[in-house]
Amino acid sequence: MAILIYAEQTNGKINKTAKELASYAAELSRKTGMPAYAVSFGAEDPETLFQYGISKVLNITNDAFKTFSARAYSEAIAQAAEETGARILLVGESADAKYLTPFIAAQWQAAYVTGVISEPLTTEPFVVKRKAFSNKAIAHVQLNGNKKILGIAKNSYGLKENPSDGTVKSFEPQVDSTLFDEFKVLSVEKATGKVSLSDAEIIVSGGRGLKGPENWGMIEELAEILGAATACSKPVADMGWRSHTEHVGQTGKQVAPNLYIAIGISGAIQHLAGVNSSKNILVINIDPEAPFFKAADYGVVGDAFEVVPRLIEKLKAFKAEH
Amino acid sequence: MKILLMLSVVPDTTSKINFTDNDTRFDSTGIQWVINPHDEFSLTRAMQLKEKHGGELHVVHVGPSINEPVIRKTLAIGADKAFRIDTVPADSYYTAVQLAEFLKAKHYDLILSGRESIDYNGGMVPGLVAAMTGIKFVNAVIGLEIEGDQATVAREIEGGKETLQTSLPVILAGQKGLVKEEELRIPNMRGIMMARRKPLEVLQPAEAPVKTQYLKFEKPPQKSAVKLVDKDHLDELIDLLHNEAKVI
Ligand SMILES: Cc1cc2nc3c(=O)[nH]c(=O)nc-3n(C[C@H](O)[C@H](O)[C@H](O)COP(=O)(O)OP(=O)(O)OC[C@H]3O[C@@H](n4cnc5c(N)ncnc54)[C@H](O)[C@@H]3O)c2cc1C
Repeated sequence: MAILIYAEQTNGKINKTAKELASYAAELSRKTGMPAYAVSFGAEDPETLFQYGISKVLNITNDAFKTFSARAYSEAIAQAAEETGARILLVGESADAKYLTPFIAAQWQAAYVTGVISEPLTTEPFVVKRKAFSNKAIAHVQLNGNKKILGIAKNSYGLKENPSDGTVKSFEPQVDSTLFDEFKVLSVEKATGKVSLSDAEIIVSGGRGLKGPENWGMIEELAEILGAATACSKPVADMGWRSHTEHVGQTGKQVAPNLYIAIGISGAIQHLAGVNSSKNILVINIDPEAPFFKAADYGVVGDAFEVVPRLIEKLKAFKAEH
Repeated sequence: MKILLMLSVVPDTTSKINFTDNDTRFDSTGIQWVINPHDEFSLTRAMQLKEKHGGELHVVHVGPSINEPVIRKTLAIGADKAFRIDTVPADSYYTAVQLAEFLKAKHYDLILSGRESIDYNGGMVPGLVAAMTGIKFVNAVIGLEIEGDQATVAREIEGGKETLQTSLPVILAGQKGLVKEEELRIPNMRGIMMARRKPLEVLQPAEAPVKTQYLKFEKPPQKSAVKLVDKDHLDELIDLLHNEAKVI
């Protein structure tokens, strides 16, 4: 019996989510005595996972898997689970992970929960905490049966180094090639050179208080200095000031960076639902009564057009020293 | 073309979320139930496609009879017929089995849903239904065109979008972006009148296992009071972010 993580990559390298899953798996391994393994689709640096307590990585390097197919990937992961005797599978919350995991859950007839924010409270029975009602509640959920899949919420567990000896094994799943032909990929559009919202440690987000798209220069400049991603409130995306891909909230993306900076955003309940798992929240708003201040750790009451340029200057000076 | 919407009914987004029976059950007192916001995008796209290509739009919902007014709302918006599978959707797996059994007995060219329900936020029912029926599936759909028996589907990927082509039938989990916000349909008076006479068939549930149990709920921990920094002393803010929060 073993624990298996689906270790994803960004630009060919094991990403932060994978390291977080590995950290979680290592803890679970201590609690249950089962070894913690990983499966990767050709990451360049699978050994990175040993640092976080993984002792074996099955690396799938067939060229076929250079194209993503949810069904083919799920089949390959299920075979890796079979090979390693895995009873517990850990996955992240990327678009691909959310897409493919239900296929494994159905095949395994597994108990599968997403949005997990705690290590198991008990392992017999197996109970974890998960987010529910769009971050307005936390539920204690029991997973029944001998196969379990946990979707771990981003940034909820953190990275814990736990060096272990490990091996990388090349793995060749037997997947029916017609699974790759279900869909023909016509195009892939990706914003390049920008920090993506899901990877970002810091997010700078703008709302209707910024008056118009022409005023986003300072938001982008602030983001650049901080190495942050940019986001926006729903009306900003609806009015076409910014792309829909930047919309965060209950009906947009759910994010949980270390720092979320909200500028000219009122803090409506639907907006908060997508951002209140952030580790720290800084609110800049001209209205001292803005509801966002109640959900914030740090706040500045003031006109964004005055505060943000000043903050940029101060941060430039700070960055020059550090 | 025959289109199906798999409908989820959820508390309105402004609802205060409370629990009862020693925090073991969601307290539905005073809750207003609505069409799941993600499903609204799929419903509107389904209506547009029906108007363009002809055909019929059906709606299926797994849930108790108190949700019927919300099902009627989809009929008022323009769906032709609705089915309600009469059971409490105990968890994602159980719900998916109900929908999969329903689909096995019928044929639809296009099956739409929302990417997740905003109450339990599982985000797994559409994928499970696809897995259980063997019908092709795309998640997080932000664009859809139909031409003959071919669908062109855009899905959200990390930091961008991917456009795919496939033949029907296909199950698609839609979300914001699938149609423009201002295109979202709401019922009008005539629609509401007509909906009263449209069929709403009640079906018995299939036997299915429940894999997960909700034992207890709690509220997220309260934030401590915000630390306000004067706009003329932003050095203090930088100091807090650096030394206290340790985020810069
Ligand atoms: C079903 C449903 C789903 C929704 N989902 C989402 C969602 O996912 N995400 C989301 O964001 N919203 C969502 N909303 C909308 C939400 O209710 C709010 O309308 C929205 O978040 C408000 O956006 P805003 O804060 O940018 O604008 P506003 O509420 O207009 O706030 C603007 C803020 O800017 C401040 N301001 C003005 N001028 C300045 C200045 N010069 N300097 C500094 N501050 C200034 C004002 O004090 C105000 O607080 C949803 C609504 C519904 C009904």
